[in-house]
Amino acid sequence: MIGIEAVTKKFGDTEILKTINLTIQKGEIFTLIGPSGSGKTTLIRLINLLDTPTTGKMVFDGTDISDNEKERLSVRRRMGMVFQKPAVLNTTVEENVAFGLKFRGVERSQIERRVQSVLDLVGLPDFSMRRAITLSGGEMQRVSIARAMVTEPDVLLLDEPTANLDPVSSEIIENLILRINRELHTTVILSTHDMIQGQRLADRIGVIMDGRIVQVGTTNDIFYHPAGIDIARFVGIETILKGIVKTNEGGHATIDIGNAMFEAITKMPPSQRVVLYIRPEEVTLTIPDSVSLKSSVRNQLSGTITKMVPFGPFIRITVDWGTPLTALITHRSAVELSLAVGMTVIAGVKASAIHVLPDTS
Amino acid sequence: MSEIIDGFVQAVNLIVTLNPDILQIAALSLYISLCATVLAAGITIPLGGFIHFREFWGKQALITLIETLYSVPTVIIGLLVYFMISRSGPLGFLGLLYSPGGMILGQTVLIIPIMLGLVISALSGISENIRDTIVSLGATEFQSILEIIREARFAILSGVILGFGRAISEVGVAMMIGGNIRGETRVLTTAIALGTGMGEFSLAIALGIILLAISMIIVFLMKFISRRYQP
Repeated sequence: MIGIEAVTKKFGDTEILKTINLTIQKGEIFTLIGPSGSGKTTLIRLINLLDTPTTGKMVFDGTDISDNEKERLSVRRRMGMVFQKPAVLNTTVEENVAFGLKFRGVERSQIERRVQSVLDLVGLPDFSMRRAITLSGGEMQRVSIARAMVTEPDVLLLDEPTANLDPVSSEIIENLILRINRELHTTVILSTHDMIQGQRLADRIGVIMDGRIVQVGTTNDIFYHPAGIDIARFVGIETILKGIVKTNEGGHATIDIGNAMFEAITKMPPSQRVVLYIRPEEVTLTIPDSVSLKSSVRNQLSGTITKMVPFGPFIRITVDWGTPLTALITHRSAVELSLAVGMTVIAGVKASAIHVLPDTS
Repeated sequence: MSEIIDGFVQAVNLIVTLNPDILQIAALSLYISLCATVLAAGITIPLGGFIHFREFWGKQALITLIETLYSVPTVIIGLLVYFMISRSGPLGFLGLLYSPGGMILGQTVLIIPIMLGLVISALSGISENIRDTIVSLGATEFQSILEIIREARFAILSGVILGFGRAISEVGVAMMIGGNIRGETRVLTTAIALGTGMGEFSLAIALGIILLAISMIIVFLMKFISRRYQP
């Protein structure tokens, strides 16, 4: 539905976007994730046709709309955009929501009805007469979504819609985005630096780093099979180890990482230099004297707990066995096992839970 | 000292008894300055919009020039407009010299810079976010300019009121263009100047009180508007 073809964007001498190629499909939730300053906002603004690319083409339903201003307006009118900082005009909520309809010359009687129904959708049915600038951040952002949705756009763009909001407001916004996509079949393009939000909402994720799309895939692809070290770090893989494949028998490899041998499922041939990625939630912890002798877990490493950091209902535990390995376990498990800093534990990782990529550095 | 007190007592007396001379002078003052304000607003809001929304060579220099002219001496404008509308001037055929019309023209010219500058700064005060939002909502270029002007309405209005304040309180243009003709072009400021010169203190004080009251209303209005402007 939307094609971005070899697009670059320069501001002065700074190249913010470096050759972006991307296709957005009709009806999907596409999430752009990446660190702050990676070019997410610039890309979303290009898609909303607020800016023009320095080079490259923006294609909408097969038509190149890079420079025809009239065409750009009509395509822009098929989109709705929600900005990171909710901006409302200094008037009532009702008038704020009505702007898009007013600009399109919709009749007054229709405007009132459509504004009310979209305010119902975002859960602010009694807000029409309120002055918009007096609302809270979360309410303003919901008004922004209502304002973008009132024109029944084909595409809803959201640039870090929850970046400035509290967790409760963020959840309301996230659920609203899902509802809009599922019930109204609106294509959603969303940017976020919060990879967990990306995971919750996305059908497909594009990872953008330093002005480049470095990986596009399903949530599963990105989180379990990152295409490189930077992406892995960004999506929350804390344990990244380098090693050399020693043997590989039918896809079951042993890998020497210097102070230990790991077993992993990979096609990498012997003597190949590789990087191992281990997600913290794939690591189990066992107390050595609990007599769990035989286990199907192929990698078992004895080490000392050096750090315990609470993380919502979980605890992030770092186990040091010469090299640190991070495990994410529930608070309850930690209490039942009476884990504490200084204790010796066995960290277990299944061979199938290790993601192996060639070491290109 | 007693002269001033006597003057003050008589002044209050003149006001509460609604002295027709005084009412006529105050009404003419208001009429001329209001007309000048409306005219200047009609010119500066579109012109300010044009300067703000268009990119052209020398834009910043022009804005600096406009800001410099905020404090142009009223007698300079008086002199300039005098040359324009005196019988041999380019607008001499209009016969505006020594008439309220001429005074309106003079005050309009006088307050255009300050109003223009404040309109431009009011428009610049609208954040990029709001502009982007308006464009993103599908506004044409014309629709977005109208909407941004509407969004800046309170700031623009305070610029307009400030312009009115400068118009009603100035004396140079009124004296040089109007000529302070009794019953025809005599306004509050010129009447105060004349009254003081002739030792008619009670009249001068009465008119001074009225002028001060008008200024106070202006300040009150500005505060009221700026309170609405900033939530």
